Formats: sequence, structure tokens, C-alpha cells
Amino acid sequence: MEWIDGTSLNAENAFKVRLSIRTALGDKAYVWDTNEEYLFRAMVAFSMRKVPSREATEISHVLLCNVTQRVSFWFVVTDPSRNHTLPAVEVQSAIRMNRNRINNAFFLNDRTLEFLRIPSTLAPPMDPSVPIWIIVFGVIFCIVIVATALLVLSGIRHRRRNNKGLPGLDDAEDKCENTITVENGIPCDPLDTKGGHINDGFLTEDERLTPL
Amino acid sequence: MESPAHVASLPEDEELQPWGSPRCPGQHPGRLEGAEYAEPGAREKARPKWGNPMQFLLICVSYAVGLGNVWRFPYLCQMYGGGSFLVPYIIMLIVEGMPLLYLELAVGQRMRQGSIGAWRTISPYLSGVGIASLVVSFLVSVYYNVINTWAVWYLFHSFQDPLPWSVCPLNGNRTGYDEECEKASSTQYFWYRKTLNISPSIQENGNVQWESALCLTLAWLIVYLCILRGTESTGKVVYFTASLPYCVLIIYLVRGLTLHGATNGLVYMFTPKIKELANPKAWINAATQIFFSLGLGCGGLIAFASYNEPSNNCQKHAIIVSIINSSTAIFSCIVTFSIYGFKATFNYENCLNKVILLLTNSFDLEDGFLTASNLEEVKDYLASTYPSKYSEVFPHIRNCSLESELNTAVQGTGLAFIVYTEAIKNMEVSQLWSVLYFFMLLTLGMGSMVGTGTAILTPLTDSKVISSYLPKEAISGLVCLVNCAIGMLFTMEAGNYWFDIFNDYAATLSLLLIVLVETIAVCYVYGLKRFESDLQAMTGHALNWYWKAMWAFVSPVLIVGLFIFYLSDYILTGTLQYQAWDATQGHVVTKDYPPYALAVIGLLVASSTMCIPLVALGTFVKRHFRKK
Repeated sequence: MEWIDGTSLNAENAFKVRLSIRTALGDKAYVWDTNEEYLFRAMVAFSMRKVPSREATEISHVLLCNVTQRVSFWFVVTDPSRNHTLPAVEVQSAIRMNRNRINNAFFLNDRTLEFLRIPSTLAPPMDPSVPIWIIVFGVIFCIVIVATALLVLSGIRHRRRNNKGLPGLDDAEDKCENTITVENGIPCDPLDTKGGHINDGFLTEDERLTPL
Repeated sequence: MESPAHVASLPEDEELQPWGSPRCPGQHPGRLEGAEYAEPGAREKARPKWGNPMQFLLICVSYAVGLGNVWRFPYLCQMYGGGSFLVPYIIMLIVEGMPLLYLELAVGQRMRQGSIGAWRTISPYLSGVGIASLVVSFLVSVYYNVINTWAVWYLFHSFQDPLPWSVCPLNGNRTGYDEECEKASSTQYFWYRKTLNISPSIQENGNVQWESALCLTLAWLIVYLCILRGTESTGKVVYFTASLPYCVLIIYLVRGLTLHGATNGLVYMFTPKIKELANPKAWINAATQIFFSLGLGCGGLIAFASYNEPSNNCQKHAIIVSIINSSTAIFSCIVTFSIYGFKATFNYENCLNKVILLLTNSFDLEDGFLTASNLEEVKDYLASTYPSKYSEVFPHIRNCSLESELNTAVQGTGLAFIVYTEAIKNMEVSQLWSVLYFFMLLTLGMGSMVGTGTAILTPLTDSKVISSYLPKEAISGLVCLVNCAIGMLFTMEAGNYWFDIFNDYAATLSLLLIVLVETIAVCYVYGLKRFESDLQAMTGHALNWYWKAMWAFVSPVLIVGLFIFYLSDYILTGTLQYQAWDATQGHVVTKDYPPYALAVIGLLVASSTMCIPLVALGTFVKRHFRKK
């Protein structure tokens, strides 16, 4: 790249930037012109000035080149003497620190304003101290335990009452008989007990089966 | 609703794990209004009845409609020709489903006892059939609740924004996303890594995952809560578990049809591919789907019918139940395919956008210049104008095809927990849709569990020996505790592989054998003429020649055919294989089962099928000695 005549700039200290303004803003997209470039250089200079040893960085030290239609371009930051470029590592860390400010200046985000070779720090997901699912689990678990305990205890109490009141009657059947007559309103069919059953008293074992 | 082993389906184009869904479940053996029932040996007690025939119908429908209708049938439809799969499906329904369902209901209504008692009445040598049904139900209950565990897990995780399976977690130094998640997708990552924490192979057992163990405990507590009072509690639960899935399906139908791209999926599904009709696998899969979907052979249907009035027209009910079951399957197919269409369109448009971005960046074109409509012509222009650069970029350009996105056929847990979640995360208000969906899965699964639980408890509570020592609540509690303890196996890191083993082999062959023996027992041991006259005396209607022909010839032949197909399939494939998740590559790989896993498979199949001959032999020996 020939920004400064005669001085070969170290291309590995240059970074490519890519903007997707129309993707981000749609109809409200602004045109990328020299004023926007000026703002960009100002933001980069601002980021470099935050680095302890580089407070003297000026806008004129930030150089842009190869601006395309995309919009994409290369930039490099030189030192005050304009002879060397600042090492890539410094520029990288400076941009990373101030990425949010730079994005906001252009109404873009990490995806629509890309610095190639400068990875962005991804926002950590919101991590509550107690995961939400455990809270929901705890609530449901307690409800189920309470309901189960209630049912079991009421069953035990019912059985104890039956045992005291009517000893000798099987509790389950007793409850069943009551509920049958109450629920259905029809007493159990007296013929039902033998309905469909084979009466063993009349058939011998051999006759009961159809011979194979 | 349940689906047979994936062996029978032999999936050709599986992107994700091809799980069949469990058999037997889907039962909601609904309850009589709080009535206890008498079982064999307690003939002095009156037998309770259903309050009205509607209850019986509702309970049979609940029993039959389950997870398989939702996640197995759409897959079969897609694999075997879309709209044209309905042809073998309906033919099998009429030829196999309705007759066998009617047979079981008729047996139950005639014998007026549960499965063990009913078959003992037909022939004491055949009480092994009832015991085999019990063993199958037990095996199913052990692994089936794990699905509810996962539904609970996803349900509890649906209350977050954003949904945890919609974004990849960050890697160590926060510069990018986790590697495994990048290679696979965020939904797959959440399923394999966060939910299952799956190990690379079945040999590496790993530890019990405490999160899954907690959810499994909760699931079993809910089941216990529903069955602990027996008929009293389950009766009320079933109204809820039977109706909620339909409500959610209707909501999803409306939402699904209004999604962008839904019509793509529907057109794809309903376009018949007539040549698939010539594929024998389509017919076999239709037969197996109908067979397992109705829950035959598990003993539940016999139990429900035993509480009927003798004069009840169970023929009508058998037809209605099977029609409702199949209609639900087709209905959920429509919902699933609109969701598929949405997901495929979304992925296709994403793919196009990626290509556009790649070209825009490589050639520094103006942002927004490339769109989907001018993509092809611009590509040609670039290829001619900058040939060298284009040839560099070309390998990275993916061929985006809507057809190939729609072709990814998935069934079982892969469909429910990976494909559906992927579609849901892209909908608006995704938390709401997620909660609704997993709640529906949970109620479908819970209903089945409650049914299976009752099918196990019935013989236990009726056995004089056990019920004299322990009250009903304690027996239920013990059963749930034992099942929960064994179920912890499935919460280990290799647990999902064991789940697949149980899912594919625990009930398939056994149920076929049980129903075959049932059919032969009724037609030839008890005597078809005798059964016919019994039914006529009982219901007042004459038995149609169609049923007689089906029971005596067609259905046994069909079942024998299915049986032979399954066996030959097992034998021909040689060693059985499974799909293992490879974390380094981000997709599944096929591996062979180790010998001890094969032994477990053999044991599963043998434990239920061997009951029939062993009990027959035992009865014979007992009789022989008694005569002496």
C-alpha cells in the first residue's frame, strides 16, 4: 500500500473494515462520504488516545485507503513521526476496548461494522445466580409433594376411621361399594357377578376347553 | 401413537437420530368415576361399570392417541410418499386395525375380567399371555417416563428470554461460540450437550446427571399422584390429559398455517409420490404403525372393555376409536408439515443470505445490491468477469435448495426436541409457543404413563397375597419407586443409547407375538363359532362375516408377515447398530452395539415372549401332578 510516498508501511499493521449500512438501517441508511470517513478516523484516534502511551495520537495519524462501494476500506495508525505504523496488537486492543463507542457513533453493531482480524468480545448471556428452571422446578415440586401428602394422609385417615367404625369390612371395597351406589345411582347388577363367567360347578376341566 | 422399532422403518435419509416412539403408551386408561373394580378371584364383588358409554369411548381414545401420532406418523408420511402413504395406511386400518381392536374389546367385554383373568378363562394354558402383557407394560413404563422427563426439562427452560436453545453459549475467552455448538446447531447442542450430556458411545456410561435425575423424580411423583388412589384419581386426570392435546394441536394448526412458508411444507407433504406405493416397506410400515398405534396387546383395552355393559355395542366403538386415532395422526401431520415448511423456508432464506453476504464481501459489491432474485445472474456475471477470484470463492458457495431442507425426515425425540424447537425459536413470542408445545407433549406422555401404571397396578392390587400386606397407596408407591430407580439408568451420560434399546426392542416383537396368540386363541382354541354366539347373545347383533374373515385368516397372516419381516430384518442386518453423537464433528455416527448390549436386547425380548410358553408348560406340569 502506498499511503506515504517512499515509506513502506507494514501491511500487517493495517486492518480491513467492512460496513453494512443498508443491512443495518434499511431506508434510513446514510451515504458513506468523506465526512463519515473523518468521523471514523476521529473514533480510531480517540481509541488510540486511551492507550496509556499513545495520548498524542491525532486524527491525521489515522490513514484510510482503498475505500470500496461495499463499504470497506483499510486503515492504519502511524506514530507522530509518520514513519512507523503502530503495532497491530496495540491497535487491536484499543479498538476492542472502545468497540461499543465506535459502533454507536455509526448506529451499527458488531455484525454490521466489522473489523477483520479484530475479534469482538461477545456479550455474555444473562446468568442469574439461580437458574430460572430450578425456580420453576422448585415450585412445581413443592405443589406435587403437598398434593401427594394430602392424598396419602386422607387415605390413611379414611382407612383408620373405617377400621374403627366397621371392623371386618375391607376398606377398599367398602369405599368402592359406597361410591358405586352414589356415583352411578344404580346398584350393582345382581346378575353381574356371574355374567359372562364360566360356572365351574357345571363343567369339568376337560369340557371347559375346546379341544385343540 | 406408539411407533415400532426403527428397524422396520429402515430410514434412508436420516439427518438426526431415527427414534421410533414407544409402544403401548398413549394409553390413558381413563377411569370410572371413582369406582374400584373387581378382578379375577373377587367374584363375590360386583363389577363396576362406566358411567356412560361416552366415558369408555373417551378413555379408549385417550389410550390410543399418544406421542406416536405426533412424532411417528408425520415421519412415515414423509418417507413413504406423502399423500400416497395414506392409501396403505387406510387400507391397513380397515384390514388390520379395526378387526384387532374389535377383537380385544370384544374379549374384554365378554370375559369381564382383566387380561390375566380373561386369557385364563379362555384356557388356563394361555394365562401366560396376560402375564406377558404385564411384563411388557412394566418394561415400557420403565423407559417411557424418561420422555416426560425431557418434556419437563424443556418446559421449565421455556420460561427464559432468549430460549436457551436459540443461542450458542460462548467459548472460553468470549471471542466466539462454543465449538461443538458451531459445528452442529444450537438446538442440537442444547439437546445433546445440555439435556443429555451424551457420551460418545454406549460403553462410556458416565455419571448420573443430577438435573435429569431431578426431573425424572418429579415426573414419577406426578405419575404417583395420578395413580395412587387408583380409579378415583386417574378418572379426573384423564379428562384433562385427553382434551388438552387437542386444544394445543388446534392452536398450533392455526399458528402453523399462518407461518411464512407453511404452504411449502403442506404442498410437499400432500403431493403424492405414486411410485412409493410399489415399495413394500411403505405397506409394512403402515401395518406396524396401525398395529402399535392402537395399543393392542398391552392389556389395557381388555381392562377397559371389561367394565362395559354386556350389551354395549363395542363394534361401533372399535370403529369410532380407530377412526379418531387415525384422524388425529393425519391432523397432527398437517400441523407438523406446516411447521416443517416454515423451518425449511427459514433455513433456505438464511442459506441464501449467507451466500449473498459471502459474494458481497468477496467482491466488495455494494451492500444491498445482491438479492435473492438477481442472485443467479450476478453469479454468472461475476464468474465471467473475475474468473480466478470466483473460482476461489466458489467452493464456499452452498447450493441452497428448499427441496433438500424439506427432505430432512426426522421422527421420534429428534423431531420433538430438535426440529420443533428450531422452528419454535424463530416464531414470535417463542416462549409461549414453547410452553404450549411441551405442555402438550407432557400431557400426552403423562396420560400414557398413567395408563401403563394402572395396567401394572391392576393385577398387583387384585392379587390377594400382595393386597393383604400392603395398602393400595403403598403398592403404587413401591412400583413408582422401583421404576424411578431403574430409570436413573437413563439419566446417565450413555442413558439415551439405553433408551433407544428399550424403545426399539422392549415391546415390538413381544406385542406382535401376544396379539398373534390372542387371535389364534380366540378363533381356534376358544372357537370362533362359540365366540360368535357369545357375542350375539351378549350384544344382540349378529357378527358380520367381515370380522370373522379378518380374525380367522387375514389378521393372523398379516401379523405373521410382520413378524417374519422383523426377524429377517434383525438377522439380515447382522450386528445391530445405533447412532452415536460425535461431539468433535457435530453430527451422529453409526456404531455397533457391544455384546453385552445385544445380550440385554435378547433379554428384553425373551422376558415377555417366554412367559407364554413357560406358563403353558408350568400349567401342564401342575395339572399333570395334580392328576397323579
